[in-house]
Amino acid sequence: MNYQSWGRYPSVKQHGFALKDRHQSLNFQDVETLLPYGNGRSYGDSCLNASGVVAHTRYLNKFIEFDQENGILTCESGVTFKEIIDLALPRGWFLPVSPGTKYVTVGGAIANDVHGKNHHVDGNFGHFVEEIELLRSNGEKMICSASQNSDMFYATIGGLGLTGLILWSRFRLKKVNSAFMDVETICYKGLDEFKRLSDESKESHLYTVAWVDCMAKGDELGRGIFLRANHSHEPKTMPAPKKQLVVPFNFPSFALNTFSIKAFNKLYYANGKRSHDKTTCTYYDPYFYPLDGILEWNKIYGSKGFLQYQFVVPSADYTVIKAIFEKISQSGAGSFLAVLKEFGSIESLGLLSFPREGVCLALDFPFNGEKTLSLLHSLDEMVKEAGGAVYPAKDACMLPESFKAFYPNIEEFKKYKDDGFSSSFWRRVTGEK
Amino acid sequence: MYRAVIFGATSAVAEQICRIYAQDKNKLLLVGRREEALKEMCNDLSIRGATQAEYLVSDLSDVEQHEALFTDIQSSIDEPNLFIFANGTLPDQKECEESVTKTIEAINQNALCQISLLTLIAAALEKRKTGSIAVISSVAGDRGRMSNYVYGSAKGMLTRFLEGLRHRLSKVGVNVLDIKPGFIDTPMTAHIQPKGALWAKPEKVAQDIVKAIDKKRSVVYTPWFWRWIMLIIVSVPEFIFKKTKL
Repeated sequence: MNYQSWGRYPSVKQHGFALKDRHQSLNFQDVETLLPYGNGRSYGDSCLNASGVVAHTRYLNKFIEFDQENGILTCESGVTFKEIIDLALPRGWFLPVSPGTKYVTVGGAIANDVHGKNHHVDGNFGHFVEEIELLRSNGEKMICSASQNSDMFYATIGGLGLTGLILWSRFRLKKVNSAFMDVETICYKGLDEFKRLSDESKESHLYTVAWVDCMAKGDELGRGIFLRANHSHEPKTMPAPKKQLVVPFNFPSFALNTFSIKAFNKLYYANGKRSHDKTTCTYYDPYFYPLDGILEWNKIYGSKGFLQYQFVVPSADYTVIKAIFEKISQSGAGSFLAVLKEFGSIESLGLLSFPREGVCLALDFPFNGEKTLSLLHSLDEMVKEAGGAVYPAKDACMLPESFKAFYPNIEEFKKYKDDGFSSSFWRRVTGEK
Repeated sequence: MYRAVIFGATSAVAEQICRIYAQDKNKLLLVGRREEALKEMCNDLSIRGATQAEYLVSDLSDVEQHEALFTDIQSSIDEPNLFIFANGTLPDQKECEESVTKTIEAINQNALCQISLLTLIAAALEKRKTGSIAVISSVAGDRGRMSNYVYGSAKGMLTRFLEGLRHRLSKVGVNVLDIKPGFIDTPMTAHIQPKGALWAKPEKVAQDIVKAIDKKRSVVYTPWFWRWIMLIIVSVPEFIFKKTKL
């Protein structure tokens, strides 16, 4: 097994082993530190442990209990969101919160306190977790919930896998009538319009998100396509499953350049314009997981890999977002997919959870050495000044000072971190084991 | 609908096969050694949709117990119409070379105990004139090689036995499928590193097996390319083969 992060940067030789079942005890005799590894969908180094080992949770994938009446599911931590949908959707239940891929595990979703397009209504995945069982490096097993070991519970939600290994979890699902979504597509011209659309959709739509053409300049800065959606009320027949495409090999590094990225963004925008102001009924899969249709899409960035950058800043005014767009536009380091979303005011539960009220932007950059790193460091500075935060699940280069500023609860968190657990990310941003 | 009995049910491939059948609301009876694991697996399969998911604990290497086990099976699941064999071990070739006991044990676990149970099952299905048998052997059985011929010879014996059994049961409409997987990435092979392009995931192998059972195939290589790899390996003349270290 070759353990990598989704961005494939940093590239390290990672040692690891797969846990056989949830009763297996962990052996800390020969390893310095250990880190749980789910399905490797974190982009940077938060799912890697270069000087230690990772414990792969792929075989911890059993369902334990499913209360179909109330939509409460208990399962092992290696179960993926895809498996949950396959089980629950035909029975009228859906994930309460989902990121942009269904290939994350339950353990990973808790450890990163993932969010989705419904943050303004429902908050994070952590808000739906009722109970977890944690295996600590001393062999102790702890049941954690809001009423039992609650301090450890809130440290583990968003705790980046550093408080111990999540063996299983119980969480609430969302009742739905259909596997389809009513999706409205709106082309908008600039950030002011985006803000207006976000405001007016807050009450009417459960899911909102926008794709942004980050190569656009001047008046059109921040132009893009706003998508808002709700679950359909009527059940409809399922479409035939589509064959999945796989990216078979690493694209050569010249495949992605300013021109190809510009062309892609232009085409995508033009395509959105065509379906402007239309409401279409879309199957949940292409709506929630457009990129999952192409397996191993991360290989289009070639063997050097890529960095994703996601941050949130208070949304009182959009000057910071504008400045950041300008900075990226100037640098010429364009991004294929830039995703913009206004988070709601629901407070995150985890000590280190990323989501907070404001506007959130996610971008990816092909890795171009020092140039890319220094661009991201200067973006970090801008986010810091605005009182925002950068998302550890996507990060591969933030500096310790930045991390401290983004996550002021860090000292409190250290009380609950397990000494036997560590990650490349943790050592990089704290300088500690 | 299948009323399936799965031997060696907690193996990675068998578990994936069971999940496919559970989702399609079939009935399943699992047979294996580890009670706790079987119990948790039955629970999981029920949640996934199996209309029956029960288990029997049995050490299949104890051939003496097979008649009693088969009686238990028949009283635990009503008229089973599918028998899947996924039990077996991967012996250490070097250890076998230095130990008669280990060699015999490996052959017992990978061939004799399957043959023993198959004899009982064949008699029952022959009478009922319906049903299906699917046995996981291995590509290793296609030609003896220095790196794993003890395991390979057991699997080869199983393949020959299945050929004959298929011939016999074809007269009464019972299908006998011989499944020949290549390298599968499971806990049983976790120690082998690194894993190249020839390694398949248990999910993929399970899908191939379920498809082959539905289509009543005789032999299936999984993934498919192993048929061609083995064709080449089997075709190499002995005097050249001796120069290799396969």
